[in-house]
Amino acid sequence: MKQSILDIIYMVGAISFIFGIKMLGNPQKAKKGNLIAAFGMTISIFGTIFLYEGIKTSNYIWIFAALIIGTVVGTMMAKKVKMTGMPQMVSFFNGMGGACAALISLVEFNHLQHNPETTSLSTLAIIYLGLIIGSISFSGSIIAYGKLDEKIKDKTLPLQQVINVGLLLFILVLGGLAAYGIISNPIMIYVVLTLSLLYGILFVMPIGGADMPVVISLLNSFTGVAAAMGGFLYGNMVMLVGGILVGSAGTLLTVVMCKAMNRSLTNVLIGNFGGNKSGGGEAKAMTGSTKEITKTDLAVLMKYSKKVVIVPGYGLAVAQAQHVCHELEQALENEGVEVKYAIHPVAGRMPGHMNVLLAESNVSYDKLIEMDDINPEFKTTDVVLIVGANDVVNPAAKTDPSSPIYGMPILDVEDAAHTVVFKRSMKAGYAGIENELFYSPKNSMLFGDAKKSLTDLVTELKNL
Amino acid sequence: MQEILTFISEHQLMFYMVVLMIFVGIELIEKVPSVLHTPLMSGANAIHGVVIIGAIIIMGQADNIYATILGFIAVVLGTLNVVGGFVVTDRMLDMFKKKK
Repeated sequence: MKQSILDIIYMVGAISFIFGIKMLGNPQKAKKGNLIAAFGMTISIFGTIFLYEGIKTSNYIWIFAALIIGTVVGTMMAKKVKMTGMPQMVSFFNGMGGACAALISLVEFNHLQHNPETTSLSTLAIIYLGLIIGSISFSGSIIAYGKLDEKIKDKTLPLQQVINVGLLLFILVLGGLAAYGIISNPIMIYVVLTLSLLYGILFVMPIGGADMPVVISLLNSFTGVAAAMGGFLYGNMVMLVGGILVGSAGTLLTVVMCKAMNRSLTNVLIGNFGGNKSGGGEAKAMTGSTKEITKTDLAVLMKYSKKVVIVPGYGLAVAQAQHVCHELEQALENEGVEVKYAIHPVAGRMPGHMNVLLAESNVSYDKLIEMDDINPEFKTTDVVLIVGANDVVNPAAKTDPSSPIYGMPILDVEDAAHTVVFKRSMKAGYAGIENELFYSPKNSMLFGDAKKSLTDLVTELKNL
Repeated sequence: MQEILTFISEHQLMFYMVVLMIFVGIELIEKVPSVLHTPLMSGANAIHGVVIIGAIIIMGQADNIYATILGFIAVVLGTLNVVGGFVVTDRMLDMFKKKK
């Protein structure tokens, strides 16, 4: 009876995950979808506590204490984090899930040591796989978190790729031998644990900060697979469904993200993008001069424009200039100017990150136009304001085959009548590449802090 | 070998499930506009927190100090994943609400 009720709870949980993810893909229903998935998770958790065969009531106190600690800390962290720090937060939580999976494997292995009669090749193999994937996901996510938070710098060892591949194979062989019982020393599990943690670090370490979102998405699907291993271990459908669903959706999401940058996954993982190797990708030296525009001139120019498009980049978010940006948009609309935002798929730190950041400042959802829809509109645009973005408007992606970003789809801002780049200085972008757009006769530069420049522009506009 | 075959046949329903869920996952993500990729990734991140069920099982069945300590940590970390994941996603999605 208890078991049947639990089975039904798990079934409802699994179905709610499917519906949750489905609804998360629709802007109108996304919030509800998240709540539905959370509901499925809650009933599955409490169902397990009260109905699972063999849970000792004497351990309830520990379970609830742990749940309360996790809930309080988790809620606090999630509420406190700034919207710009969202990607590293996701990475951190992902790492926690990976660590959880690895710990389950450790305890289950220990359990088998005390009850050798239940040991079998398949359970051992599942335990080892859960351990390996979980620990890689944990240490990898923590490194990714550190990189996005700019606490950890990119580092590449000599022969890094050879070492990485070799280490991974070694871990798998070791795990395989241990599962087969050829090496039966129980210390093995800790050796595999340590090596997997090390692999996670080495795996993420050389990948450039700009590619971190792809890595997080990939590690996300790793944790999903690790959770699914738990599903096999306990014959638990909700763990299996949740895990595989995330594993598969996460892998696809990773591929989609790579496509948005027009690069293959292998290229991201091995390409050493943004690292210190030149690899023939040295951009040609820029010649020519840039011209500056004063804020007053720009204000006049915009006031008499019909259409202004703003290209926001991560620099905008870092300068916390989203709110002023929205004020400028309103000031221009009061003058009868049409204002739109052009959102590159990789604007910000993750696909869609920029939308979250702008939406936070009350920018209306339907003013955010995706790349493919806005590109034809640039021809009829009078002024394009490029705020804190660089690589996504770099024409080298189309014209210079030797450029590391060659082939990445970009926003065709050069079709517009005027472009204005807001920049702190002439420094290259996140990918470390020169931008020839700056030298175009149609382009002007506006140097200084993005937030201050935008604030001044709003004042200028109002005084005109 | 024999044992692996037995394992697969005993768990065949689960193997069917794996294959089906891979397709469901792909189907669900394929047509999503890129603006929602971040919340979606975050939501998926919360869902794999389902691994906490395994943590609760080991914690609940723990009969020695090793399992108790590791189980306790596992439940804390799993809860962080689940609660943090859902709350962060909810906060992100709040930003998408139509504002009048």
